[in-house]
Amino acid sequence: MTLLSAESLAKRYAGGGVTALDGVSLHLSAGETLGLAGASGSGKSTLARVLTRLVEPDVGSIRFAGEDWLALSGAPLRRRRAKMQMVFQDVLGAFNPRATVASVLEDPLRIHGIVPKGERARAVAALLDRVGLPAAYAGRSIRAVSGGERQRIAIARAIATHPALIVLDEAVSALDVSVREKILELLVTLQEERGIAYLFVSHDLSVLAAVAHRIAIMEAGRIVETGPTARVIADPQSPAARALVRAVPRLVIA
Amino acid sequence: MTALCEIRGLSVTYRGEAAPALGGIDLDIHAGERLAIIGESGSGKSTFARALAGLLPEGARVAGHMRWTAGSSPQPGRDLGFVFQDPTASLNPVLTVGEQVGEGARRHLGLSWKAAHSLAVEMLEKVRLPDPERTAKAFPHQLSGGQRQRVAIAAALACGPGMLVADEATSALDMVVQAEIVALLGDLVGAAGMTLLFITHDIALASGFADRVAIFRKGALVEAGPTRAVLAAPEAAYTKTLIASHRDLATPPLIRAVAPLIRAVAP
Repeated sequence: MTLLSAESLAKRYAGGGVTALDGVSLHLSAGETLGLAGASGSGKSTLARVLTRLVEPDVGSIRFAGEDWLALSGAPLRRRRAKMQMVFQDVLGAFNPRATVASVLEDPLRIHGIVPKGERARAVAALLDRVGLPAAYAGRSIRAVSGGERQRIAIARAIATHPALIVLDEAVSALDVSVREKILELLVTLQEERGIAYLFVSHDLSVLAAVAHRIAIMEAGRIVETGPTARVIADPQSPAARALVRAVPRLVIA
Repeated sequence: MTALCEIRGLSVTYRGEAAPALGGIDLDIHAGERLAIIGESGSGKSTFARALAGLLPEGARVAGHMRWTAGSSPQPGRDLGFVFQDPTASLNPVLTVGEQVGEGARRHLGLSWKAAHSLAVEMLEKVRLPDPERTAKAFPHQLSGGQRQRVAIAAALACGPGMLVADEATSALDMVVQAEIVALLGDLVGAAGMTLLFITHDIALASGFADRVAIFRKGALVEAGPTRAVLAAPEAAYTKTLIASHRDLATPPLIRAVAPLIRAVAP
């Protein structure tokens, strides 16, 4: 079942005249992870922002959950946003620095009317538990938790609204390897439990190799290659994909 | 191998902090080697690099000693070059690329503006930036992240230092650019016979590149030795964990081969 499909998306930023997206089409099934890889400046973050309606495309169309996603605006768009969440690389930048963990998690529950006021504390505790954090974290300042814990909180906030799709933009790139592995495991488990689809943006193919069913390679605003993860990694066809495969550091033991 | 610097009992405590960021470090740095300092966040690896380079912030308390075989500590900028993680922050936005690459040479080597400019152009060519004459006139914001890091390397090497410290110099870059910068650093250091201290969180990156590795954790040195020996037979449990948590393209995926919902509807 196709959850998201985009046709011929193009975006040119004003001023520099740089073409960030140049005719991008893609599709994503329910419960599937599409890895989006590319070098800096390839347009992958712009694509993530266009799909989440943080940036409007110049042309093209997007269908999400059976609706014309670009035709939505105002209250109907805000309501539908519950179904498409986003997790960024810099979670501290994405949160109000004076917020507590509880307020970060209560916001989506309140805004989308998911949980009545009296039950929100319990819902927050359940969300924290789901991402592997103790309920006592609710009272902490968002600044007083480690980077890995903050990324768990960002994931808890994203799943609070029962999304069908989460767009992850370099969501594990700033984490230490041991922490990163735990976050990847959490994301995979949540997907298996809830059938969430992920659009997983990363410049690191080794991360996508762990979690993506399919990979799309971007270069200069276009998708230059797409295919099942194992095929793209074992037999990359485009120069951009070959460069990304080559660039992953191998652990040289002997 | 001759020790360039013998470090004994080195501890660093930042102003206002009760606990030391780095404690009791014993380590020799050999002349002409590529030594990788590997650690996660909070390991003290950057503190170690800064202590060595004399770049600790004011008020930091240092105990123990660093004995430089040459007699005196290297002068930062002249005898020791430093490349930081984020070239956007380390480069001055209002100076042209040529001015900042040549600035150190003017100050430390007493070159004229003209001579410093020629040296800058030569250095930009060495770090393989296109059209060095033109790049020298550009400002940092007109370059890509990878090009800016090449400029930072050119500036660090302009005075011909005997030692280069690269502190997570490639971790803000995408992987393709990272591979290019690591290759560039290896070539430049090898050609000049320089000592390289390569600070990184990425054990795989170090494994293909360093002669020796030193593993740091929570402000302490966990183990150190020749790269192959440490990776093939790690002594510390933490080193084993680091090796085990490394992920590359050959690591088995975390997902099943087919998405659950797709599998559910398949016949």
